[in-house]
Amino acid sequence: MELLGLYYYWVFAILLMTGFYAVIAKLNLIKKLIGLSLFQAAVFLLYITMGKVEGGTAPIITQGSGEQLFSNPLPQVLILTAIVVGISTTALGLGIVVRIKEEYDTIEEHEIQEIDRK
Amino acid sequence: MTIVFGVFLLTLMLITAFAIVRTPNLFVAVMLTGIFSLLLASNFFLLDAADVALTEAAIGAGISTVLFLGALALTAERETAPSSNRFIALVVVSVTILAVVYATFDKPRFADPAAPVHQHIAPWYLETTRDAIDIPNVVTAVLGSFRGYDTLGEVFVVYTAGIGVLFLLGKNTGRRRDKPDDAARGLRHYLIPRMVGRMLIPFILLFGFYVQFHGEYGPGGGFQAGAIVAAAIILYALLEGENRALKVLPRGLLTGLIAGGALLYGAVGVVGILLGGNFLDYSVLSSDPVLGQQLGILLIEAGVGITVTGVLLSIFHAFAARGRF
Repeated sequence: MELLGLYYYWVFAILLMTGFYAVIAKLNLIKKLIGLSLFQAAVFLLYITMGKVEGGTAPIITQGSGEQLFSNPLPQVLILTAIVVGISTTALGLGIVVRIKEEYDTIEEHEIQEIDRK
Repeated sequence: MTIVFGVFLLTLMLITAFAIVRTPNLFVAVMLTGIFSLLLASNFFLLDAADVALTEAAIGAGISTVLFLGALALTAERETAPSSNRFIALVVVSVTILAVVYATFDKPRFADPAAPVHQHIAPWYLETTRDAIDIPNVVTAVLGSFRGYDTLGEVFVVYTAGIGVLFLLGKNTGRRRDKPDDAARGLRHYLIPRMVGRMLIPFILLFGFYVQFHGEYGPGGGFQAGAIVAAAIILYALLEGENRALKVLPRGLLTGLIAGGALLYGAVGVVGILLGGNFLDYSVLSSDPVLGQQLGILLIEAGVGITVTGVLLSIFHAFAARGRF
């Protein structure tokens, strides 16, 4: 049980680095963006995990819930807005990739660098 | 029991993530990201974050998949080259994982009520919400009122990203599309998807508005509602063709929505100043401070919803207009 409690954090670390691996090792620009969103998702998971309280429930106060224990609402607020901002910035990145494809006719990083070198 | 289910979902997420990075077929990778988002949303739900789960399901599993597919249609569906510097990358990644895992042994255990995160300001939010704002959903209260500045900032980031995509892709300078009718036609010739889709759209819209206006009482709010409403109209565009969707909500109107929502949010703040309060202090909006808070949250959530709908739809149309979808 002790180690099971750390499993969420380990998954966070592995997901984070899986995304990072795609960003640094893959040459395809869309794959890099997918890696970036994996990286983001890992951070979201970390925040929400930290907000959880044993025996708590979603922070919605209902009538007669009196001394009910609630999970921490603050990380949830931060991540809620971060998800929407994340998709907007990903869309911006995709827009740039589409423009690169139109100018260079490729979305592979090494081919773009070769064209630039000429 | 919950933790076992959580562990199961996390393991599935890990497998999906590895598959996403490994597959050279980008179409497969995008589809797997949709599955990944759905697993992530289920996990958020287990972790008591109903609002966040709703957002992730609407945005990660829905709209982000559509956007990636739109980008794939304009670029390439396969990776052509293998990874570069694979060995160095693997070493860097493994060392970092080990370092982070080593650090986790000092972290408070999962769901520990005595963890420092829960000691500082969170109890204050939970207690004050009842007296000062009196709405059941604490997440909405913190989002709209206590941390209204943050949310205003986020809305402007969304706004800026939307404008950025319009700048990059708005003008059709690229090559002519191969088949101009294809995007216009949508799925009009496929009877079953069309009929089922048309039947679903009103319910999706209704649910979107429910999430918008019920955000004070249950999970929901402007961010989620904006994404759901945008998803309904994107579905309409996919079924009936882009041009018909543009007839319903023309580009000019969408640009108006993007700016209008952000302006509405800012205006609520300025009205607060004019009535003698601070920027984004809603207590002065009504003679009863608690009622003023509720009115303020309703208005700014509407502003958030309008901007998010406008931005997501504009981005979709910008990608769709570039080529056939």
